[in-house]
Amino acid sequence: MKFKGRVWKFGKNIDTDAIIPARYLNTSDPRELAKHCMEDADPEFPSKVRPGDIIVADSNFGCGSSREHAPIALKAAGVSCVIAPSFARIFYRNAFNMGLPIFECEEAPRLINEGDEVEVDGDTGEIVNLTTGKSMKAQPIPPFMQELIKDGGLISHIMKSSKENTA
Amino acid sequence: MNRPMTIAEKILADHAGLDHVEPGQLVEVSVDIALGNDITAPIAIEIFKKTGVERVFDRSRIALVADHFTPNKDIKSAEQVRMLREFSEDQAIVHFYEGGEVGVEHCLLPEKGIVLPGDVVIGADSHTCTYGALGAFATGVGSTDLAAAMITGKTWFKVPETLKIIYKGELQPWVSGKDLILYTIGDIGVDGALYMAMEFTGPVIEGLSMAERMTMSNMAIEAGGKAGLINPDEKTKKYVEPRAKREYRFFSSDEQANYAKVIEYDCSKIEPQIAFPHLPENTVSISEVGTVELDQVVIGSCTNGRIEDLEVAARILEGKKVSKGLRLIVLPATPSIWSEALDRGYLKIFSDAGAIIGPPTCGPCLGGHMGILAKGERALSTTNRNFVGRMGHPESEVYLASPAIAAASAILGRIGSPAEL
Repeated sequence: MKFKGRVWKFGKNIDTDAIIPARYLNTSDPRELAKHCMEDADPEFPSKVRPGDIIVADSNFGCGSSREHAPIALKAAGVSCVIAPSFARIFYRNAFNMGLPIFECEEAPRLINEGDEVEVDGDTGEIVNLTTGKSMKAQPIPPFMQELIKDGGLISHIMKSSKENTA
Repeated sequence: MNRPMTIAEKILADHAGLDHVEPGQLVEVSVDIALGNDITAPIAIEIFKKTGVERVFDRSRIALVADHFTPNKDIKSAEQVRMLREFSEDQAIVHFYEGGEVGVEHCLLPEKGIVLPGDVVIGADSHTCTYGALGAFATGVGSTDLAAAMITGKTWFKVPETLKIIYKGELQPWVSGKDLILYTIGDIGVDGALYMAMEFTGPVIEGLSMAERMTMSNMAIEAGGKAGLINPDEKTKKYVEPRAKREYRFFSSDEQANYAKVIEYDCSKIEPQIAFPHLPENTVSISEVGTVELDQVVIGSCTNGRIEDLEVAARILEGKKVSKGLRLIVLPATPSIWSEALDRGYLKIFSDAGAIIGPPTCGPCLGGHMGILAKGERALSTTNRNFVGRMGHPESEVYLASPAIAAASAILGRIGSPAEL
């Protein structure tokens, strides 16, 4: 499971109100949420982001509310994965449940700049900055979590597995 | 002899059917109450329907509270509440609240005795950690986890390490539970308890009212905490006993329990605290605030919308006027708090002072409605978050403080203390 994309950088403690402001939570439609993704951190982000792009942030990404709209918005905006030294725990759980891959990597904010091309290998946890040639290591995603991501999140994964078991 | 455990470990072990659990261990636990609101439950309901499961695991163990954008602020919000209503009717959900019955969820559920000591509670709302003040293991989850719990009555956790914080000393005038938790977050940071359970202990905690304890547990998440627990005592019993309609149990940490870290504060040195924009950790003591003029003050929310909070504000506002040009918004958190504030004359005091008195709602706390800030406007609020854009325009500002500071600031037109009045 590999991800390759252009990097958008953000700082520490990016909260869920920055990822998707509460004023847009009168809907859970992913396309609507994507239009406002990260807009309080960078108003241009929804228009700049392209499918496959990667977010690299500093520690405690996703702090604040439990809104699952946050990983939904990021995924729908085309973000392929998020790399940060640490994630807030509810966001961490929600991201996998929604099928958004996230990687904990201490060195990423230091070794990756905005606009760099980065490749992440989910099997080994290896992250390579293709622009600078520097590499770093994150925790790999275990096989069952990879399956869950491929299926599009926990519920789709469970439904697929239960169908396969009864087939 | 059993190995010593913290209160968090004991509750999780009990609900996992194990004698003992250790931090880091993955456990599947039974859930006593699963909670959702008008923002998070719609996603959970969609997921529930998608799975094809016909009935929830137990219709008396699910709470659906339409409190965030209610009274419905627009058509889309009304549609979301309708989803909750139709689902609740279809599933005969016992604890569904809307309209004149609704209150801010984390004030309503303890008040009605729906969440109880010893429970495992998951809520698709990050401030679910409030119930730690009752001695429950309560934590916020996403809508998917809520859907799974509505189906199975179970969830999984990694047993967290516990951070123990001991509060000692005499409280200074106007220092409340809100100031203690803001001080704590200011000290350890917004990720100071990341992945951990916090345990608030010591003589000062024993002296706090249940309302102040709930304020403290409520904000555990603002330090990244998974839960914010307080060992139950006589005060807990007095609060819970007349409300409980089912069995509950008191769990307490063993003296020899293992903690990731123990912090001790001398509270006699703590002044009223203000969290400056844009993080709850940006705390400043009231004596060091300087001149910060305000456009709005909000008193309410799951953090500080209880009768005790309104009582403090009413005492300060009695016979006084809100500063010209400042909007003071008071939102009693539940219908019974509203009614009691009416009986005790607080609403008359607020009204005479020039306040706007609203219905129980989360409303402005999350920038939903009923008190949105324009570009460049500044609010002081008794709520829990001051992130960029939290209460309105991305270039507005939110300062967090206690009800006492909020009431005094509304009179002064700037951030200030009741001691200045």
